[in-house]
Amino acid sequence: MTINLVMAATVGVLYGTGFTLLLSRSLMRVLIGVVVLGHGTNLLLQLAGGPPGRAPILGAVAPEEFTDALPQALALTAIVITFALTTFLLALGYRSFVLVGHDEVQDDVEDRRISRQKTPSAGLDDGDGDGDGEATP
Amino acid sequence: MSYLLPLPVLLPMLGAAISIVGSRSATLQRVIGVVVLAAVAALAGVLLVATDRQGPIVTELGGWPAPVGIALVADRLSALLLLVSTLVTLAVLVYAIDQRITDLGRATASTTFHPMYLMLCAGVSLAYLTGDLFTLFVAFELMLTASYVLITRRTGANRIRAGMTYVTVSLLSSLLFLTAVAMVYAATGTVNLADLAGRVGELPPGLQTVLGMMLLVVFGIKAAIVPMHFWLPDSYPNAPGPVAALFAGLLTKVSFYALLRTQTLLFPREEPWTLMLVLSVATMLVGVLGALAQNDLNRLLSFLLVSHIGFLLYGLAVFDAAGVSGAALYAAHHITVLATLFLVSGLITRRSGTVALDRMGGLLRTSPGLAILFAIPALTLAGVPPTAGFVAKLALLQAGAGSGPAEQAVAGVVVLASLLTLYALVRVWVRVFWGEPQAPVPDVDPADEVLVGTARTSVPMYAATAGLIVVSLAIAAFAGPLAGMTERAGVDLLDREPYRVAVLGEAP
Repeated sequence: MTINLVMAATVGVLYGTGFTLLLSRSLMRVLIGVVVLGHGTNLLLQLAGGPPGRAPILGAVAPEEFTDALPQALALTAIVITFALTTFLLALGYRSFVLVGHDEVQDDVEDRRISRQKTPSAGLDDGDGDGDGEATP
Repeated sequence: MSYLLPLPVLLPMLGAAISIVGSRSATLQRVIGVVVLAAVAALAGVLLVATDRQGPIVTELGGWPAPVGIALVADRLSALLLLVSTLVTLAVLVYAIDQRITDLGRATASTTFHPMYLMLCAGVSLAYLTGDLFTLFVAFELMLTASYVLITRRTGANRIRAGMTYVTVSLLSSLLFLTAVAMVYAATGTVNLADLAGRVGELPPGLQTVLGMMLLVVFGIKAAIVPMHFWLPDSYPNAPGPVAALFAGLLTKVSFYALLRTQTLLFPREEPWTLMLVLSVATMLVGVLGALAQNDLNRLLSFLLVSHIGFLLYGLAVFDAAGVSGAALYAAHHITVLATLFLVSGLITRRSGTVALDRMGGLLRTSPGLAILFAIPALTLAGVPPTAGFVAKLALLQAGAGSGPAEQAVAGVVVLASLLTLYALVRVWVRVFWGEPQAPVPDVDPADEVLVGTARTSVPMYAATAGLIVVSLAIAAFAGPLAGMTERAGVDLLDREPYRVAVLGEAP
């Protein structure tokens, strides 16, 4: 299969940008990160069908000139799904903003409480406490 | 028989549609929900018997033959998990309906709860039955989108953060899943699992590893495998009781099923899988040690949930018929017992008004029935004989004992994690049920979905929880026939040929 370099680079840039934005602390950036990453994924799905061809209509076009229609159908489904989820995330982000009053990912209350614990038994929660703290963006 | 196959997906979808249209009538919604799930459970039972007798059943949707069209496939493993999952969803739905009636009276209906609940069930059924990688993605989206709504429905300021974490992490793993699907298609030109089983083997080994690892990460995030588990103990405890029970019972196990299916079908191995063994040890230990540090009952249960995912992974790591069969049996047991424990935790918080273990006490005197409902699933989870947990763990340990030295060493970790689970649950028992009875803590957020500390409970809520305990005890009682069936399922999974022949015809 031949690879279109421009498209491959575009997908790479979209993924990179998406992941970088996802790592930030502002909810709005996280949201845009999901959108950008979603675009990258859909483009990649589209590219998975190989080089473009002609419309796959039996009789009008020779079968060897057909473009692969399946990834296009898959990408269409995926676009609808990512679109719906983006809307949901947007609504959720807005609700979070209304309820909390600022646009920032908050720390987990329970994590803070555990990391403050200075009792000797606190050594036991090593794996969980650390993992949690780092993982929450 | 094959015409029955789409029904476990279609019926809940239809039910959800009727539920939206008829959202003015609470009774209609409730009747539809219970009837639909009972019907799906009956269908799953029929499918289980049929697949055990005659092998995998296949339906080609729209009449398109398999590698081109979408195939629905039921084999022993998917039929068994479908049956157990549907029984759990049915019991949790009865509990949820009755909790609402107890709190708010018979007349009030919730417009979103029932449709979303049924859509989630449709997604779960589709995930078990699909024979197509992209449809598996759609099934996950169906299930997860419904779960996003259920976990963020009517949230207050303290719960929205957990919902946000859950949605973002799930979305990220879904996008990675889509990336994996795109790469699989680019490499092989098909997304049909049976067709892929033949074609992935022809790819260069490096590319096979990349695809296998991508699918491992995707399902690893969704199944909460350490170190990709951090979102789970963060979000599940903040969901309302029945929703947490539903999630704890189903979502991670559906992901484990997808992991088991893709790894056995697409990436067969002759040897035990060392990486999976390492992940399994990490998951078991981090989960159970995390549970020991908790003071919040629901968080403790969530960490135990993570820990016991490690047991499932151990079965997969052994990667022979006995190991895979043990993992299947353990999954069936794990679905029921975790859902039960979260329901019991819901009942406990309705008495105590809080999830903080140090502010509870003396429930043995005030509600002895609750003590029995907690004790049985707790002992089951820890794997004390003669419960289902013991049977499933024994199957895993036997599989490990028949494998290499590393697997035998990890069998020791399995026993250690079981003992630590028992210790964590005994601590809960001591703090919640013994001691002086404490006055209920007033509800911190009376406006939200869950009313706690009212001590108002009703018989059906107990009955639904007890029903799940009966399912769990039935797994122990019928351990012989069940283990025989999961063994046949395990042999089929590793053989791969029955599945491929059923889907593709005689071609391979």
